[in-house]
Amino acid sequence: MILRYGIKLVTVTKSNPENVGTKVSLGGVRGGPDVKTLRKDIWWLPQVASGIGLALFVIYATWTAFRNGNYYDGAHGRDYLSPFYSPCLASNCTYKTASVLGTWWKLSPALPILIFPAGFRATCYYYRKAYYKSYWLSPPACGVAEPHKTYSGETKLPLILNNIHRYFWYFAVVFAIILTWDAVAAFRFGNSVGMGLGTLVFIVNAALIWLYTLSCHACRHLCGGHVDQFSKAKIRHWFWKKVSVLNPHHMLFAWLSLVWIGVTDFYVYLVASGTIHDPRFF
Amino acid sequence: MVNASIETHEFDVVIIGAGGAGLRAAIESIDSGAKTAIVCKSLLGKAHTVMAEGGIAAALRNVWKEDSWQVHFRDTMRGGKMLNNWRMAQLHAQEAPDRVNELEEWGALFDRTKDGLILQRDFGGHKYARLAHVGDRTGLELIRTLQQKAVTTGAEVFMEVKIVELLHDENGAVSGALGFYRNNGSFVLFKAKSFILAAGGIGKSWKFTSNSWESTGDGHALALWAGADLIDMEFVQFHPTGMVWPLSVKGLLVTEGVRGDGGILKNSEGKRFMFEYIPQMFAAETADSEAEGDRWYEDKANNRRPPELLPRDEVARSINAEVKAGRGSPHGGVFLDIASRRSPEYIRRRLPSMYHQFKELADVDITVTPMEVGPTCHYAMGGVRVDPDTAKATVEGLYAAGEVAGGMHGSNRLGGNSLSDLVVFGRRAGLAAAQSALEKGSSKLSESLVEDALNRALKPLNNPEGENPYTIQHDLQETMQALVGIIRTESELVEAVEKLEEFKERVKGVGAKGGVKFNASWHTALDLNSMLTVSEACAKAALMRKESRGGHTRDDYPKADPEFGKTNHVVRLQGNDITVTPEPLPVMPDELASLFEGAAQPTGITESKEVK
Amino acid sequence: MADLVVRLWRGDENGGEFIEFKIPAQEGEVVLDVVHRIQATLAPDLAVRWNCKAGKCGSCSAEINGRPRLMCMTRVNQLPEGEPIVITPLKTFPIIRDLVTDVSFNFEMLKKVPGFKPKPREADGTYRMYTEDVERGQEFRKCIECFLCQDVCHVIRDHEENKEHYAGPRLFVRYADLEMNPLDTNDRRQLLVEKMGLGYCNITKCCTEVCPEHIHITDNAIIPLKERVVDDRYDPIAWLGKKIFRKSKKVETDAK
Repeated sequence: MILRYGIKLVTVTKSNPENVGTKVSLGGVRGGPDVKTLRKDIWWLPQVASGIGLALFVIYATWTAFRNGNYYDGAHGRDYLSPFYSPCLASNCTYKTASVLGTWWKLSPALPILIFPAGFRATCYYYRKAYYKSYWLSPPACGVAEPHKTYSGETKLPLILNNIHRYFWYFAVVFAIILTWDAVAAFRFGNSVGMGLGTLVFIVNAALIWLYTLSCHACRHLCGGHVDQFSKAKIRHWFWKKVSVLNPHHMLFAWLSLVWIGVTDFYVYLVASGTIHDPRFF
Repeated sequence: MVNASIETHEFDVVIIGAGGAGLRAAIESIDSGAKTAIVCKSLLGKAHTVMAEGGIAAALRNVWKEDSWQVHFRDTMRGGKMLNNWRMAQLHAQEAPDRVNELEEWGALFDRTKDGLILQRDFGGHKYARLAHVGDRTGLELIRTLQQKAVTTGAEVFMEVKIVELLHDENGAVSGALGFYRNNGSFVLFKAKSFILAAGGIGKSWKFTSNSWESTGDGHALALWAGADLIDMEFVQFHPTGMVWPLSVKGLLVTEGVRGDGGILKNSEGKRFMFEYIPQMFAAETADSEAEGDRWYEDKANNRRPPELLPRDEVARSINAEVKAGRGSPHGGVFLDIASRRSPEYIRRRLPSMYHQFKELADVDITVTPMEVGPTCHYAMGGVRVDPDTAKATVEGLYAAGEVAGGMHGSNRLGGNSLSDLVVFGRRAGLAAAQSALEKGSSKLSESLVEDALNRALKPLNNPEGENPYTIQHDLQETMQALVGIIRTESELVEAVEKLEEFKERVKGVGAKGGVKFNASWHTALDLNSMLTVSEACAKAALMRKESRGGHTRDDYPKADPEFGKTNHVVRLQGNDITVTPEPLPVMPDELASLFEGAAQPTGITESKEVK
Repeated sequence: MADLVVRLWRGDENGGEFIEFKIPAQEGEVVLDVVHRIQATLAPDLAVRWNCKAGKCGSCSAEINGRPRLMCMTRVNQLPEGEPIVITPLKTFPIIRDLVTDVSFNFEMLKKVPGFKPKPREADGTYRMYTEDVERGQEFRKCIECFLCQDVCHVIRDHEENKEHYAGPRLFVRYADLEMNPLDTNDRRQLLVEKMGLGYCNITKCCTEVCPEHIHITDNAIIPLKERVVDDRYDPIAWLGKKIFRKSKKVETDAK
């Protein structure tokens, strides 16, 4: 019940500024029930799916990287080099791209080069989203409470290192060129030009790697995103516009290129190990 | 009696309302060195200005070198059927370009011409493409730019504060405003040397309106209660194209930009009916065949504009007539068709938020299907009578700018002139209010006045078993829609005035359940006071104007009357009564009057047969 | 049509509870219409913010079935039929009453943004900007400040203490708007990293998902800002290039 007021006017001045204008409230009481989420949809499904997908790939990639065999098929007139082993830089390579590493390297020749594509993907803006959500549950899904007490994001080591993504991108371009060369080389059948099912697998692989590399956010920035006034940088604007067409599909390209690189390697393994015969079109 | 202390703030200038006019006034006032506060009923940046879609009219001459302030002035006066305050229209046309350029300097990103200048689009009643715009969300751009500028400049903002009354000092000047924080119900008193009303419109008194809950005419009512004059209150603009379906969004605006970009109006027979309704006043500059109308979009120099782009009052009345004649669309509107005339890409680029609005709210794809539209209550031409140069009201210490001020738009406002009105007169009000405040000494406010006002504001809460305010609000809206709507007549207006007396009694018994904390029923109960005041002002002024002109159409007096064309209706509060007095319109000086030589005069409601 | 069941959170800082309302369904309604009908008939003092009811002002933000949304842009027939509609206030901000929360955090953060500072006009008194110059910024300026992105962002939703050093997606959109503006002469990158917590964002894209204006907050605002910050402090080549070839903008190190 509200009664009549008697009035005393209290002038608020700058001396008690907390009463001036709108105040910020930190740490106030929040509304709603104290539950993790009120979402009714199957919010965990995308995260579980991408978590399993990534895990399967890591398992496969580990097996492949340490396999150190059946990664090159040169025996049947083919010239197929698994993308996990390209460029092959150690002296113990079945097929030597260039023997840069010398003879001291005794482990699988996949290991020293895989650092680069692995680093590129680990610092990729899409994969970051995926592993933060699927593995670190930070958050488990949008609007679902995360289990951690504190959170510092990418402000401290090691996660602050994700800022070096663009350096991995520079290498990624080099790798994309090499994998393109491998796709061209896949047309080489002994001394003649030909094409097998494997050639097709290599072409798709190179194309997907390019799409993934060019749709990268760092690429978008380097091509033209850093410009403030596009009308004064017409060429960079042109590149930026093209990359901006690809960029929204970065996640799709990330997955397709990931799956396909595994497919390509496995295909080479099957052919090189003699498990299947690579059909030749011409 | 409970002794309570009231939070009190002293400023040089207090601005009530944080739409375009209020924010622009604040920037100017601070620049002039006055300690300034903005008080707004909602959160900052939510004001009705965000709803403006089409653009801001200014003779920038970026698209048409032929344009000039004189042409803009002429268009504005003719659109207002010559009832505008000529000086306001002149200042507006002269200063609008500077105000638009200034927005760009503060960070606004307007659409561009090929030469890198601000692009301008065509709109109803404007001879040349004149509206600077940002797609179809120009109002949002304007308010955001001004909001950011005002915040950077250092304005103090009191958000979600409803002002209930203005208070006078011992000399009769407005020197205080009592309000309360909506979130906790605690009262707050602002003492200042100048108050600027920038509180927007009155549309919430009608059932089908493009206005939000805020447009309850608070500014109009505060001014009237404080002893200021209102003028032209009978003129209410019904925007021709509001959504009519689904019911829950009936009244929601469809921008005139749809027509400016090629959209046409059709009836249920598929006929492009606007050619039947071209009034004599605009016959010389309007296409008389569909072919010419269509050619105009490509070649504006050699063709006349299509009749879809006539001033809003003409188009609204024509739609009304078509529906009445039984040629309406299934949900009681007509069809606005751009789908068959422009490519889907063009529509999505030029009208993104319209596309969005229909897709999400009505499940209609406007690139495929025509829209169903009908008139919706949109804008109050009438408002506080102000001095054109200083925006000063007829009471000391009070200023008004934007929709709450009257005179600028005469009997009908042209699209695009409202945003420019806000910044032109917002600036002038801020400047004059600050200058006057800095010259003045402080004055005293009686505590008993504050106490009375406060207790009046608490009345609904002390009467929890009283009538539900939403019911009264609903009935009031029904009454105004039915009896003081787009077409009016003597008997209905008389009935409206009688009914409003009943509403006054009902409002005395209104009650609000619950406490003081963000209690919507209490807020609504208090809003009813302003809504009733402006409704009565509108109905009484409408009853007195026995002619048809602009936003006031009388079924019983379908013609424009030259005598009424020289008259403003001034609304005052005398005792407890709202009175209407005819007063002569200020006379235009000869050099401006010569701009209209040989032009046709307003004729009132257009009967198609008469014109042809 | 069948009755709708609406479960509304009612209460204030002293606690609250779900109240269930049964109300007849009507065709073509959005959630805000239903809330209004409840207010007009069953719970007159129900606290709810709204203004334009057309998705243009961003006032009626709430969480519907656990998802941050504008009530005026959520059609009832989009929600699972036959299930109660659960409406709660924004979780990230302190409650005032019922569906109304204290969103002043956002306004305070907006106050701290070092404002727009344009370069001088050209010789003919104009600013020359072309469509390609303004298009990118226009996307950011579509923002209606509904603060749904701020609400969904786990950095402050789940960690109140981060509000002291994290501005949030809405603010990053504002910073992107300023940083990429062709006329602006301030450089706010140092401020972004040191005071506004750009590094706290871990790109979950939840802000983009909830944006009613469909602004690509993560891809077009936050990530490009992160890349610009990399230019400034993590990329020696870009840093060197900038020193040699370009005049620096005025560096803002502190909030206003």
